[in-house]
Amino acid sequence: MTIHNITSKGRFHNILAWATFIAVSVSIYMIFMWVPNEKVQGPVSKIIYFHISSAWLAFFAFFLVMVCSVAYLKTRDLKWDVIAYSSAEIGVLFTTIVLVTGPIWGRASWNAWWTWDHRLTTTLILWFIYIAYLMIRSSFSEEEKKARFSAVFGIIGFIDVPIVWMSIRWWRTIHPTVVSSGGFAMDPRMVATLLVSLLAFTLLFFYLLQKGIFILNIKNQTQIIKQKITEIR
Amino acid sequence: MNFFSGISAIIWKDLKAEFRTKQLLSSMLIFAVLTLIIFVFAFDPTKDVVRQVFPGMIWVCIVFAGVLGVNRSFVSEKQNDCLTGILLAPINRTAIYYGKTGGNLIYMAIVEVIALPLFAVLFNYNIPAASIFPLILVVFLGTLGFIAVGTFLAALTSNARSSEILLPIILFPVMVPVILSAVQATGAILSGAQTADWVSWLKILTAFDVIFLTVPVLLFEYVLEV
Repeated sequence: MTIHNITSKGRFHNILAWATFIAVSVSIYMIFMWVPNEKVQGPVSKIIYFHISSAWLAFFAFFLVMVCSVAYLKTRDLKWDVIAYSSAEIGVLFTTIVLVTGPIWGRASWNAWWTWDHRLTTTLILWFIYIAYLMIRSSFSEEEKKARFSAVFGIIGFIDVPIVWMSIRWWRTIHPTVVSSGGFAMDPRMVATLLVSLLAFTLLFFYLLQKGIFILNIKNQTQIIKQKITEIR
Repeated sequence: MNFFSGISAIIWKDLKAEFRTKQLLSSMLIFAVLTLIIFVFAFDPTKDVVRQVFPGMIWVCIVFAGVLGVNRSFVSEKQNDCLTGILLAPINRTAIYYGKTGGNLIYMAIVEVIALPLFAVLFNYNIPAASIFPLILVVFLGTLGFIAVGTFLAALTSNARSSEILLPIILFPVMVPVILSAVQATGAILSGAQTADWVSWLKILTAFDVIFLTVPVLLFEYVLEV
């Protein structure tokens, strides 16, 4: 690694920043001003645009962690590890948003903060697996071990999530569910708003991902410089 | 040395070392029974509710005792750098994983053979003769799944400074399907439900076991690199 490119944030940084800004603004306008309320649930139904978009990114981020973990183990290039770590951190953020917005919506529409529904429960377990991934990273100090072990766990966790989903779904179908999660009839305008907010959140994810990678690279550079200084002394 | 003699050599070595002190086995056993005693104080054993939570209780005891044993399996090899010695042995790295898994499975079997009948006695639980075989099958498949993923993750955490803290935190979320299916199947069998009611849980358990006994073939060498 060289020191001179320490302040370069990547070519697409500004484009991505502006695209995210515009997309998020448009989606917020659509959510709060343009789209009609859902008939039964009223204004609270607007939370789905945040909830579903975050849920999609929670799972997508985890997928990205797995892909980068495989790439790291194959190539042993630390740049994949940096992407995986950054993606996991943002994944935790979005999973937390899902777990916070879910109960708020549930309270309003089902009259219960939490049900042990398979979607909610799987998301909760996903959150714990992410936390475990970050715990592994904080338990090792050597860069190479940290990358290798967290990559192995990133793959294990990704294989595990579908089995968790399956088993919890079985569990819930055997026990009668008190509240049905039933879908609601989507107005075309609601579909459009949902699609725009999905796009906006995805852009936001990549923007944050790039920021995270940038910060991690700066940290690594600082380490290298520190080492060089101690060597000179 | 071929693959299978490598596995049996590691199992044999582990058992030999363990039976000289019996430290691990006795602490696992005492811990399992102790956890159950705590449950007795938490839920009044004379009440009917115990019959409903009994399957959950035995699995919590098995898993808590199991974590103790699984955690030791690689940490103990860190002393005197024994792990390097094993790595230098002319066997496939995967054989080390299967050997350790086999050893842990035997420890767990010993603990379960003693503890589970004791649990039934302590709670006056009459187990019908017809459900004994299905029960053994569920306990076996559940323990295998837990040990398969536990041994793998124990090898991973053994390199960490505080492995005994890290292992439960990373192991419990991953083994959610095992504990869920095992508890459900045990409950269904104990309540004398139809075979169709618990056979689907056995399928999930078997799928989990197969997956997490196969994944280490691909990934275990990355865990044991020096």
